[in-house]
Amino acid sequence: MAALNVNIAGVEFKNPIIAASGTFGFGREYAELYPLSELGGISCKGTTLYERPGNPPPRVAETPGGMLNAVGLQNPGVEHFINEDLPWLEKQGTRIIANVAGSSVEDYCRTAELLNDTAVDMVELNISCPNVKEGGVQFGVTKEGVEGMTRAVRDRCKKPLMVKLSPNVTDITEMAIAAESGGADALSLINTLTGMRIDINSRRPIIRNNTGGLSGPAVLPVAIRMVWQVSQRVKLPVVGLGGISTWQDAVEMLLAGASAIQVGTAIFTDPYAPIKIRDGLLEFMDKNGVKSLSELTGGVRPW
Amino acid sequence: MKSYDSRPARLLSARELAPGIFDFTLNCPELAAKAVPGQFAQILVPGHTLRRPISICGIDKASGTLRFVFQVRGEGTEKLSRYRPGDDIDILAPLGKGFPLDRTKRTLLMGGGIGAPPLLAAAKELGETAVAVLGFRNKELAILEEDFKNTGAKVLIATDDGSYGYHGLVTELAAGEDFQVLMACGPRPMLRGAKALAESRGVPGYLSLEQRMACGVGACLGCAVALTDGSGREYFGHVCKDGPVFPMDMVKEV
Ligand SMILES: Cc1cc2nc3c(=O)[nH]c(=O)nc-3n(C[C@H](O)[C@H](O)[C@H](O)COP(=O)(O)OP(=O)(O)OC[C@H]3O[C@@H](n4cnc5c(N)ncnc54)[C@H](O)[C@@H]3O)c2cc1C
Ligand SMILES: Cc1cc2nc3c(=O)[nH]c(=O)nc-3n(C[C@H](O)[C@H](O)[C@H](O)COP(=O)(O)O)c2cc1C
Ligand code: FES
Repeated sequence: MAALNVNIAGVEFKNPIIAASGTFGFGREYAELYPLSELGGISCKGTTLYERPGNPPPRVAETPGGMLNAVGLQNPGVEHFINEDLPWLEKQGTRIIANVAGSSVEDYCRTAELLNDTAVDMVELNISCPNVKEGGVQFGVTKEGVEGMTRAVRDRCKKPLMVKLSPNVTDITEMAIAAESGGADALSLINTLTGMRIDINSRRPIIRNNTGGLSGPAVLPVAIRMVWQVSQRVKLPVVGLGGISTWQDAVEMLLAGASAIQVGTAIFTDPYAPIKIRDGLLEFMDKNGVKSLSELTGGVRPW
Repeated sequence: MKSYDSRPARLLSARELAPGIFDFTLNCPELAAKAVPGQFAQILVPGHTLRRPISICGIDKASGTLRFVFQVRGEGTEKLSRYRPGDDIDILAPLGKGFPLDRTKRTLLMGGGIGAPPLLAAAKELGETAVAVLGFRNKELAILEEDFKNTGAKVLIATDDGSYGYHGLVTELAAGEDFQVLMACGPRPMLRGAKALAESRGVPGYLSLEQRMACGVGACLGCAVALTDGSGREYFGHVCKDGPVFPMDMVKEV
């Protein structure tokens, strides 16, 4: 049987399927359905230094092949995460990735510092949340911003550091290179693409925030393209996400250059999607004589 | 034991109750066994990213079925309405917190339009202690009267155009009733009227709310609703997990 394990920035994942931040809460709701130990890891809901109320509703809207969201980083703050969610999470037998957001470089640094002596396996720096005025995206859309933020957090964060990139930029490879120069240990991409929908009768945007982040199958080709471009330009391991809903999508993402993948919106359509993707991937590898994931990562044969 | 699950359920019967309003009975013994009135299901519509939240209208634990009554509103409910008996429909259920029912209390169930179906499950549990006051646009859209009567509840019907029952608002019709607790499901203006009525009688009231949803289980924080806690602090709760039924005093803006 093929081996599904993968090592990213020194963290060993039993399989390459990670639940994407913001779509899986802190895992409790889905632990009703299957043991979280079935997953390689969980990227938790974005956490900030202090509690955030989030945006007024409506926060979600359906789109062709996907959805928009503008949750606005509602979360109880990092100390609540450490005291109330982590003790339970660390008993679930899966890797825990803390997704960190903030409004200033100092916020990010202090949040990451508070996680230093906890059971968290990895920190994912969310410098790409498009849904709050000060949600970090301003740090994620210039190379200076990305490099500066990454370096500042790197200096104070003891955990392996993964930087999550925004697709809302002209050239994502510039941001990837900036994160690498700043000292990132891994990259994850993509976060959501800023979008909008309007109710034609009321002439109101469906999302109260007017705009929201697009995710789901509709963004898959963009994510594949970006992972492909980025993985050729950096040495860092890349975790690919954006629109993955089937095992075939996952194989595609690995071939594009990803070492592991995250599944987000697909969980809303089918809560068992991560498990089905894992099983399908394993079967595909066995059928094709692929012994390990590294034989797939970056295996695309471009024209 | 799983308190909810996602699984295919066989459609046993499908009927058009009124123009554009459909009545489905699904075979799902494991899910029916756990369901309580006021809870809902997230129904998968193939080809759509988001599931459609639909309230549970009937729970039959003996036959292992759940009943749903829904109105065609857009693409998803339209596709759903085309399912035929024998088809499988994937549902994630039972979700949310239901109505806090107490058979010792005279309970006013106030339903407006497609807000009536979830109250039927409550009526069945309450029997003769319930009085159901239901409002519809017109006679053609007045659904479930017989079903409500069969529960033993007292049933009063109002229509906006006077084509059936009382000519006027449910809130006016309900004002003639005595009750110790109120449960309401329907459009916002009706919920406001329900809250005002319960307040004027000094009795507790519970409102079933709607919001656009993604996960349906409390993980994505998509279905926010502005709430106030006991100390007056305002915060965003979530319709799928904290509700859909809320004590009326918690709901900031009805
Ligand atoms: C807890 C709950 C219980 C419900 N129970 C019932 C019921 O028993 N019977 C019934 O007929 N309807 C019920 N609704 C409303 C029903 O969910 C919507 O009418 C339905 O989602 C519309 O889908 P559509 O694809 O036809 O419309 P579209 O407008 O094409 O839908 C687009 C998107 O918006 C969402 N959406 C649109 N209107 C609503 C709404 N009012 N509430 C939540 N999401 C919405 C859809 O789910 C979908 O994601 C309930 C809603 C909630 C939140
Ligand atoms: C409801 C929702 C909430 C999200 N919250 C976060 C978040 O807190 N932090 C973050 O880095 N990404 C967040 N994301 C983005 C996802 O993690 C992911 O990058 C994006 O949705 C693309 O992947 P997908 O198409 O598989 O969902 C959120 C996405 C959704 C749909
Ligand atoms: S729909 Fe996800 S939290 Fe309610």
